[in-house]
Amino acid sequence: MMGDRPSPPRAMSSAAATSPSVDKVDGFSRKSVRKAKQKRSQSSSQFRSQGKPIELTPLPLLKDVPASEQPELFLKKLQQCCTIFDFMDTLSDLKMKEYKRSTLNELVDYVTVSRGYLTEQAYPEVVKMVSHNIFRTLPPSDSNEFDPEEDEPTLEASWPHLQLVYEFFIRFLESQEFQPSIAKKYIDQKFVLQLLELFDSEDPRERDYLKTVLHRIYGKFLGLRAFIRKQINNIFLRFVYETEHFNGVAELLEILGSIINGFALPLKAEHKQFLVKVLIPLHTVRSLSLFHAQLAYCIVQFLEKDPTLTEPVIRGLLKFWPKTCSQKEVMFLGELEEILDVIEPTQFVKIQEPLFKQISRCVSSPHFQVAERALYYWNNEYIMSLIEENSSVILPIMFTSLYRISKEHWNPAIVALVYNVLKAFMEMNSTLFDELTATYKSDRQREKKKEKDREELWKKLQDLELKRGLRSDGIIPT
Amino acid sequence: MAGADGDDSLYPIAVLIDELRNEDVQLRLNSIKKLSTIALALGVERTRTELLPFLTDTIYDEDEVLLALAEQLGNFTMLVGGPEYVHCLLPPLESLATVEETVVRDKAVESLRKISQEHSPVDLEVHFEPLVKRLASGDWFTSRTSACGLFSVCYPRVSSTVKAEIRQHFRTLCSDDTPMVRRAAASKLGEFAKVLELDYVKSDIISLFTALASDEQDSVRLLAVEACVSIATLLPQEDLETLVMPTLRQAAEDKSWRVRYMVADKFSELQKAVGPEITKNDLVPAFQNLLKDCEAEVRAAAANKVKEFCENLPEDNREQIIMTHILPCVKELVSDTNQHVKSALASVIMGLSTILGKDNTIEHLLPLFLAQLKDECPEVRLNIISNLDCVNEVIGIRQLSQSLLPAIVELAEDAKWRVRLAIIEYMPLLAGQLGVEFFDEKLNTLCMAWLIDHVYAIREAATCNLMKLVEKFGAEWAQNTIVPKVLGMANDPNYLHRMTTLFCINALSEACGQEITTKQMLPVVLKMSNDQVANVRFNVAKSLQKIGPVLDSNTLQTEVKPVLEKLASDSDMDVKYFAQEAISVLALA
Repeated sequence: MMGDRPSPPRAMSSAAATSPSVDKVDGFSRKSVRKAKQKRSQSSSQFRSQGKPIELTPLPLLKDVPASEQPELFLKKLQQCCTIFDFMDTLSDLKMKEYKRSTLNELVDYVTVSRGYLTEQAYPEVVKMVSHNIFRTLPPSDSNEFDPEEDEPTLEASWPHLQLVYEFFIRFLESQEFQPSIAKKYIDQKFVLQLLELFDSEDPRERDYLKTVLHRIYGKFLGLRAFIRKQINNIFLRFVYETEHFNGVAELLEILGSIINGFALPLKAEHKQFLVKVLIPLHTVRSLSLFHAQLAYCIVQFLEKDPTLTEPVIRGLLKFWPKTCSQKEVMFLGELEEILDVIEPTQFVKIQEPLFKQISRCVSSPHFQVAERALYYWNNEYIMSLIEENSSVILPIMFTSLYRISKEHWNPAIVALVYNVLKAFMEMNSTLFDELTATYKSDRQREKKKEKDREELWKKLQDLELKRGLRSDGIIPT
Repeated sequence: MAGADGDDSLYPIAVLIDELRNEDVQLRLNSIKKLSTIALALGVERTRTELLPFLTDTIYDEDEVLLALAEQLGNFTMLVGGPEYVHCLLPPLESLATVEETVVRDKAVESLRKISQEHSPVDLEVHFEPLVKRLASGDWFTSRTSACGLFSVCYPRVSSTVKAEIRQHFRTLCSDDTPMVRRAAASKLGEFAKVLELDYVKSDIISLFTALASDEQDSVRLLAVEACVSIATLLPQEDLETLVMPTLRQAAEDKSWRVRYMVADKFSELQKAVGPEITKNDLVPAFQNLLKDCEAEVRAAAANKVKEFCENLPEDNREQIIMTHILPCVKELVSDTNQHVKSALASVIMGLSTILGKDNTIEHLLPLFLAQLKDECPEVRLNIISNLDCVNEVIGIRQLSQSLLPAIVELAEDAKWRVRLAIIEYMPLLAGQLGVEFFDEKLNTLCMAWLIDHVYAIREAATCNLMKLVEKFGAEWAQNTIVPKVLGMANDPNYLHRMTTLFCINALSEACGQEITTKQMLPVVLKMSNDQVANVRFNVAKSLQKIGPVLDSNTLQTEVKPVLEKLASDSDMDVKYFAQEAISVLALA
């Protein structure tokens, strides 16, 4: 059986005969470089050609039949479009693929311009056609560890049809004749659940359409809203705490951004819980950069709705502050500035201490981008005014770091920025500034002494343990 | 004991409180890690009345600190006064079992499971079981997820009324509307089934299993497959068909590839759990389907199980099943479009030869081995070569040697150094199986070529390979075939190659013995002490230190010592350093 397969051409065989491996390239090229060469596409996990060619009987164009016959022909066309083709096989059923494409195109135009086509029987048929086409098990990612930042996304092979189906569905949902009260029988929780699962698609084009579809459904089906929010919750929680993998986080956050915008005041407990228990923990995910802009937007939306949430939000960010990833730290600082831009002075006072302790740590980060990002706060007029009002609290927190960096930081740009900040503080509150400068040395010494005392204390504790004859293996002698 | 030392006894708690308020997480973490020290110093009573309430009340901290705390508390039984008081540990652990961070929660559950064993049956009902109930009916999903892991540890030791309640709670969680909780329940289903009475397994567990296995989320369904193994093991054979098989069949054909993958991955366990009859009637066709699955992931997982599945088939008609049902699928997988599938198959396919015996192997398997040896993907070839020993036992390796050689040569020169490295590691094995003549004729040049590879790891592995070959073929062989070539490299214009000579000598001297080392190797090493490259010179010093023990004392004194002394006054400080080190190690000072 193997004998009749031509063996694949190999670049190696000629090289093998001539010389040993001296001038060969090693496999150290970057992942992205290697990947770029392959053009990747994929299709539904379930679908594989049944072997037999597919035959559809061509129907007349809708515009060519009398208006009275159009609704029925419309249904027939919808039924035909339930047929699924294998796009991984680029040679099969070419004619029929083209036929379905043109039919879908016709349907798109038809729902956009026609009137009176949407009979009650049409609803289940539309939903059925859409479900048949878009709902499918997404295939495994081609690369073992799909890294959205490094790898090219795998594109959906059946896009020529899929795109038109999405297009059709959106026009249908937006059509003036569309009646949610009838549609809700077919566009139900199960439908939404399957729709949400598709957000994991690697194809950004598909996710973009899904975003519009879900947004329309959220807008038109009041009964599904709570359910949609809850399921998005679940997707996010699973993403944060279980898999760290879901391709559509940015898109879902974008939808949420506009949903949050429409929340009524006072905010329901459910929404506050979502903010604190879901949105804030989303910051911990490794791939934060892929959806950080959308996430920060959602957070700021919440704070603009209800400023009293500022404290829990900032405390949450401080809790999850990145320890090792400078890139993420810069993102956090960016988000914090967005928050400070809208913060109310009364809220600011509540969190200024922990907040500026963190900022002081950032300012003295050896990573100059982190330090720089934090020092840029002093270019923000509103933040400056808040700092000025509270300089008696903030200056003592910041002073040690600033003073030390002005002497020690390796990066001259940072040192220059720090000098400006120190100068600003000096102008703000010269008495306090002079005081701090004067006591800088003795403060350091006091800290060192405290450090020593702590060590002493631990030593004492250990002695105590020994004195009491307690054994170090944790077993108390009787 | 407490208070006996007056003011001293105030230290521990004061230190702890002070430390736990420190801004530096690392210091907070340190103090939590020394919690047992503090508890010891406080004594059991104050640990119970002061330390634990303090921990329960004031803990809102970084997850890292909480994780350390959750772990510590699992070992605290003796520190609170033994099993009698162990329930004091429940309040802090209960709140830790509700936090968001999975790692912390899992650790808290682990500690709770641990200390559950230290509760008396009465305490279990009075203190532990109510905690489980509270968690199981918590508002937020985290506490309910944690509860799932606690049912099975208390169930066997409580009264039948409480047992009924526990079963009810578990049932509720299996149909929780948060998928995270259903996943947690599904993953503990097998474990819970094991502690239940058989009647309840049949009445309760089966319906839960069926429901979870048809959950709307594939992430839940696939966990049910795992539970299937434990459940099937518990049930008597006659019930399997009606209670388990419909669900298992459905899982094997699930629309989500993740579920089918799980079935493929657990196939050997499932096969053992359902027994030979069901295997014959049901699992064989299911396995065929998995081997032909449309997703490569599933095919690869199934291909990995081919050998184990065949091995565990009932012996009476094993051969017939393999030949008529399995082998045709295997043949197709050999030319699969996906390299992971082929390489998974290649890693187990050789194992079939012991099961099928000599004649079948030659007739049916050999062509497949040969095809895989020519596969375009190096990993496939490598997997075949690395499992040659199985075939060797059945038909001898000679059958393969004609095809083996080109495959080895090609891998030996693969562009990826890791592939080259992998094949080098199989050289000693191949040499042993192919024999010295075949080796000299075909493979010797390859082994020498690796010595001048441009990747250090390859040169290093090649050196080590030579040593193993000498151990196999003996010193005489070494003297005739490899030593001259190795020593020849000492005059190479490239200093890296000259160093390779030294590395080879380091590796070979012991295996070659005193005579060869003294007469052939030593002169070369000594001569290289005049090399103009310092790296070569200090490696001469290192080599002399290495081969010194093989030489006799006379040679050491008259030949080695003067050279080392000269090197010890070299202008390069590294050379000096290593020469001095050699002098002192060899005691030549």
